[in-house]
Amino acid sequence: MSSFSADTPHSSSTMGRIFIYGILLIVAGYFLLPLIVMLFTSVKSMEEIRTGSLISFPTSITFEAWSKAWSSACTGVECSGLSGYFWNSVWLVTPTVTISTFLGALNGYVLTKWNFKGANVFFSMLLIGCFIPFQVILLPMARTLGFLGLAGTTTGLIMVHIIYGLSFTTLFFRNFYVSIPNELVKAAKIDGAGFFMIFWKIMLPLSIPIIVVSVIWQFTQIWNDFLFGVVFSAGEAQPITVALNNLVNTSTGVKEYNVDMAAAIIAALPTLFVYVVAGKYFVRGLTAGAVKG
Amino acid sequence: MGALTIKNVCKSYGPVDILKGIDIDIQAGEFLILVGPSGCGKSTLLNMIAGLDGITSGEIQIDGRVVNNLPPKDRDIAMVFQSYALYPNMNIRRNISFGLEIRKVPKSEQDRIVNEVASMLQIDNLLDRKPSQLSGGQRQRVAMGRALARKPALYLFDEPLSNLDAKLRVDMRTEIKMLHERLKTTIVYVTHDQIEAMTLADKIAVMKGGIVQQFGSPRQLYDDPSNMFVAGFMGSPSMNFVPCKVVDMGNEAGVEIDGGAGTFRLPIKSNQLKSSVGQEVMLGIRPEKVTHKIESHLEDPNFHLAKCRVSIKEPTGPDTHIFVHMNGAKVVCRSNPDSAKEPGEEMEMMFDLSKMVFFDPKTEERLV
Ligand SMILES: Nc1ncnc2c1ncn2[C@@H]1O[C@H](COP(=O)(O)OP(=O)(O)O)[C@@H](O)[C@H]1O
Ligand SMILES: [Mg+2]
Repeated sequence: MSSFSADTPHSSSTMGRIFIYGILLIVAGYFLLPLIVMLFTSVKSMEEIRTGSLISFPTSITFEAWSKAWSSACTGVECSGLSGYFWNSVWLVTPTVTISTFLGALNGYVLTKWNFKGANVFFSMLLIGCFIPFQVILLPMARTLGFLGLAGTTTGLIMVHIIYGLSFTTLFFRNFYVSIPNELVKAAKIDGAGFFMIFWKIMLPLSIPIIVVSVIWQFTQIWNDFLFGVVFSAGEAQPITVALNNLVNTSTGVKEYNVDMAAAIIAALPTLFVYVVAGKYFVRGLTAGAVKG
Repeated sequence: MGALTIKNVCKSYGPVDILKGIDIDIQAGEFLILVGPSGCGKSTLLNMIAGLDGITSGEIQIDGRVVNNLPPKDRDIAMVFQSYALYPNMNIRRNISFGLEIRKVPKSEQDRIVNEVASMLQIDNLLDRKPSQLSGGQRQRVAMGRALARKPALYLFDEPLSNLDAKLRVDMRTEIKMLHERLKTTIVYVTHDQIEAMTLADKIAVMKGGIVQQFGSPRQLYDDPSNMFVAGFMGSPSMNFVPCKVVDMGNEAGVEIDGGAGTFRLPIKSNQLKSSVGQEVMLGIRPEKVTHKIESHLEDPNFHLAKCRVSIKEPTGPDTHIFVHMNGAKVVCRSNPDSAKEPGEEMEMMFDLSKMVFFDPKTEERLV
């Protein structure tokens, strides 16, 4: 860009920039609009929602809808807000993300650095897992969980998410580890390090970018998941997405748009938070393999 | 400490035979070079010695102990890799001490060894840096330091200098040589550079196609190559090959050569090839054995003067390379710059008859 502007007349380059930033602003506004509407609606009173227009600025700001969504809105027969379900999701996401990322790293390490007979077949089969839609595995998974006595439990749901996520995390780590030179592992073997020592002391410390990718990916997938949650968990143990659905669809009297919007934002906040905190590592990690390990 | 014996070692990857019966034997303290063109199986052999990969058949002994089934850590070896393979996440100190740490060497002892190795290789001031903050030459030193930190029976080097620029390569070559003189350890060193091989080795194994073509001292390989491949591979510019016919010269056999200024005959000393009169052979003679006329050699029966026509002249500084066509083959001769003639002119060339070698043109093997 700088070399471009160096040999073009000053004014036309300024015009170009104004044009580009103008377009960017419009596009950004377009994408932000739904969020803005949600945010505005969530801090309006029902009175104002009924009388005002959808995108008008709130005249008086109130957090009543937020507090109701969090602690007293009805999700079906129960009326204790989203808070319980929010923590359900946290307790669901934490072990699933950790375990599936760890196992993905281990898989990728074995697949790339400890070549065994049939490694390629194994990897191809695992890869197919990335292309299997959620719906396809619902029935077999339900039977399996029933067989294991885990139907309708949080443990069962955790297991489903780990298994489904493994294809992706393995793919991430495998592709990252092929770019790490095999000689590094050879050197460690000669230094006397064994299988797990090499994994802990050499591979994992080099894996930060891809761990971030895997964590973000798994976090958003599992936090935002609705289908597995609604099928494989019951009642109290349901994740926040299912609770949000119940909250919005519970019809007792008037539809409270402000509470719905606040609830939706609450449900989306953690993924937003993860992106803001780790987003730049995400982009860096995705391209890390292409540069150098 | 550190004798190495390799007996009839074969290695196949599936149906592909990579190593086809390798036999090498060196004494403790010797510097062995494995040299050969890219893809001939040098690294594979080194990995087998290290235990990073298993052998298909044969036997490897280190210090008289069969190590076929031992993992690398139990073989008493250290290795320097072509890419250096420094652990990017550890600083230099940790890179060097990692192997000691795993072997549970006490911390104070580790520190002493790291400092000793670092000062020997002049990397004291780099110990707290990460490998990414080092230049190629510095990384190379650290890689050597990592190998030196443990005192193994055997050091394995896989093309350790090939990623350095030409100047640094020559410097490091000398340093490795000095290090070997000082430590008197056994070293197996892989390279594809025949100059490195000649300068460093006590013993050289020239490999091609998974076979050791010749195993011996640098001098043996240079003066007595066992086939045309070894003859052509060692030495730069490489040995000249002239196809010629064996003729009877009375007491001895000789070869007939047309150097562009009339035919002449070179007598073959040491009674060789008397029974081969009339046959086609390949004469091998090194560039420095075909020179300008040297007065002091005129009386010596081992030297022979003959007129040849100069095709090209290439001054290199200390000598001038004269290109002559002999029996249609291009021959490089090394001449004193003052005696060199111009292209098209005739020049009297002096042949060192005692250094002529002969090969079978079909099998490319040495003729006795
Ligand atoms: N793990 C492997 N599987 C199959 N072929 C291999 C393997 N490692 C090396 N080779 C083959 O063995 C041959 C020798 O390789 P190498 O020992 O690396 O040669 P170099 O002499 O250049 O070091 C090459 O043709 C290479 O393709
Ligand atoms: Mg090699």
